[in-house]
Amino acid sequence: MDWTQVLAAGVIATIGPVTAGYALSAIGLNLQFGYAGLLNFGHVAFMLVGAYGTAMTVEFGGPLWLGVIVGVVAAVLLGLLLGIPTLRLRADYFAITSIAAAEVLRLVVRSSWAEPQTGGVFGIQGFATDFHRLNPFPATELYGIGQFVVTGRTLWVIVVGWILVLIATLFVARLIRSPWGRVLKAIREDEDATRSFGKNVFAYKLQALMIGGAIASLAGILFALEQQSIYPGAFEPRITFILYVMVILGGAGSIWGAVLGAAVFNFLFYATDTLMARLQANVDWIGAILSPAEAGLIKYFLVGIALMLLIVYRPQGLLRSRDEGPADAA
Amino acid sequence: MRPELDIAHEPGVAKPDPVLLIDGMRRSFGGLVAVDVGHLEIQRNTITSLIGPNGAGKTTLFNLLTGFDSPDAGHYTLDGRLLVGIAAHRVAQRGMVRTFQLTKVLPRLTVLDNMLVAAKTQPGATFRGAILGRWQGAESQNREQAMSILERFGLTSMVNEYASRLSGGQRKLLEMARALMVMPTVVMLDEPTAGVNPVLIQSIVEHVKDLRESGMTVLFVEHDMDVVQSISDWVVVLAEGRVIAEGPPGVIARNPLVIEAYLGKHRGVDVA
Repeated sequence: MDWTQVLAAGVIATIGPVTAGYALSAIGLNLQFGYAGLLNFGHVAFMLVGAYGTAMTVEFGGPLWLGVIVGVVAAVLLGLLLGIPTLRLRADYFAITSIAAAEVLRLVVRSSWAEPQTGGVFGIQGFATDFHRLNPFPATELYGIGQFVVTGRTLWVIVVGWILVLIATLFVARLIRSPWGRVLKAIREDEDATRSFGKNVFAYKLQALMIGGAIASLAGILFALEQQSIYPGAFEPRITFILYVMVILGGAGSIWGAVLGAAVFNFLFYATDTLMARLQANVDWIGAILSPAEAGLIKYFLVGIALMLLIVYRPQGLLRSRDEGPADAA
Repeated sequence: MRPELDIAHEPGVAKPDPVLLIDGMRRSFGGLVAVDVGHLEIQRNTITSLIGPNGAGKTTLFNLLTGFDSPDAGHYTLDGRLLVGIAAHRVAQRGMVRTFQLTKVLPRLTVLDNMLVAAKTQPGATFRGAILGRWQGAESQNREQAMSILERFGLTSMVNEYASRLSGGQRKLLEMARALMVMPTVVMLDEPTAGVNPVLIQSIVEHVKDLRESGMTVLFVEHDMDVVQSISDWVVVLAEGRVIAEGPPGVIARNPLVIEAYLGKHRGVDVA
């Protein structure tokens, strides 16, 4: 049993593109949910719009940089379109409409009707060559020590991804520490009270939805660039819920909580994955009762149990004080 | 007690200097007419209490006046400006601020932040302003204002505590203090003494008087008749959505219509 392998899988996932991407998206969700109290259950739609905006622009012959801009602008517009009719509704209705909107978008890009533009179920591939051409690291070279290694290709995505995470975090921190951010928190605490002292609650919620959406679109774009491939199956609703787990785990409404939550989640997730695969292959009695595919599913159980324990014993997340309480308690 | 207004004691009477004028305001929920106020004027710089039995439409009238609900018909003006159909936050921006029957503090904000967030002048409260970042000056001015109001309300020692740590009575005080950050002309208090201990009631009463002394108009809903008698300049009685009487507190207490509205026609008749 090689524990280094298990640790390496966790560590590489934690510093890798997967965490950078999830962290970015979680930063956007944290602005919406952790600070403004918006129950946005369709967050993955912003990632989808970012990724498809980028890929389709390149497919239509545009340059990649333009695609990135199109992706972000599309996410801002999605926030506007989704927010205007729904943000005046009560929080639970907004939650329902947002998840429905996200599913509609995913089904539209997946439909055979849209296939000429979106590639249908198979999606779009090979649109990010320009991004990898900019890579200053030799793509096939290995970086790291022992089993803790990544390729130059991945390192390039890691560098870009974590720079984006840093910029997004500082940007959100600047907003949150301003009086604007204070109004957002007031809205989370009590909308009617915030109205009563003269703040346009609707406008603030719309702004939070659009800004959080724009940040999430960068996450979608990062994943698309890394994999050089997008397809509708990557934007299922469970992505949104994984993001919620990360935000709550780190501490909804704390600046670095989203990043920490993404890192801890991915560490647990990938380390458990490798651990179970190793146990299945090397420990006889486990190999006898679990097939490799079943062992692969155990990680969801273990991660689920770990998260339940966290929510029960530390509902305010890792980075918040007990005084501030859990994200949803008034 | 201040000199009484020298006007008739009848519903809808004209006041010498009304800050708030209500005309034909109607609101019904299904078949129930919750509010049906023909004409009502609120005299500037007075404490006017709005009383009436449960279900008389007091809170509904509050909601209508502050933009939290919209009337089926009618209109009202604040300082001569028409306000009907205007969103709640705009009503507040125009100088009429309310508190709530069920106190609404912002529990996971500190007491100071509860105050600062309501500040009238703060360029950093807009997205653009927050990005540009030049809001520190306004912030320190607002902080000064907030501290002086908090001191008046005896909340100085709680400045950096989360509002969730405050007692029920302190929350009432904070809510009232917060309303003052908007620098309102009319303050509307929905049952400011409900569920508050007698000592604190006295303190709230003093604060309400202070509001009048500093030039504001106070309109408040109250169930405690001792409070109504001791601080009101004028009392408006609502029953089944209509104004059935108005006048100085001493006169209202003897008004047979009011006694009937509160106690029913058959008072004194044994129910058993």
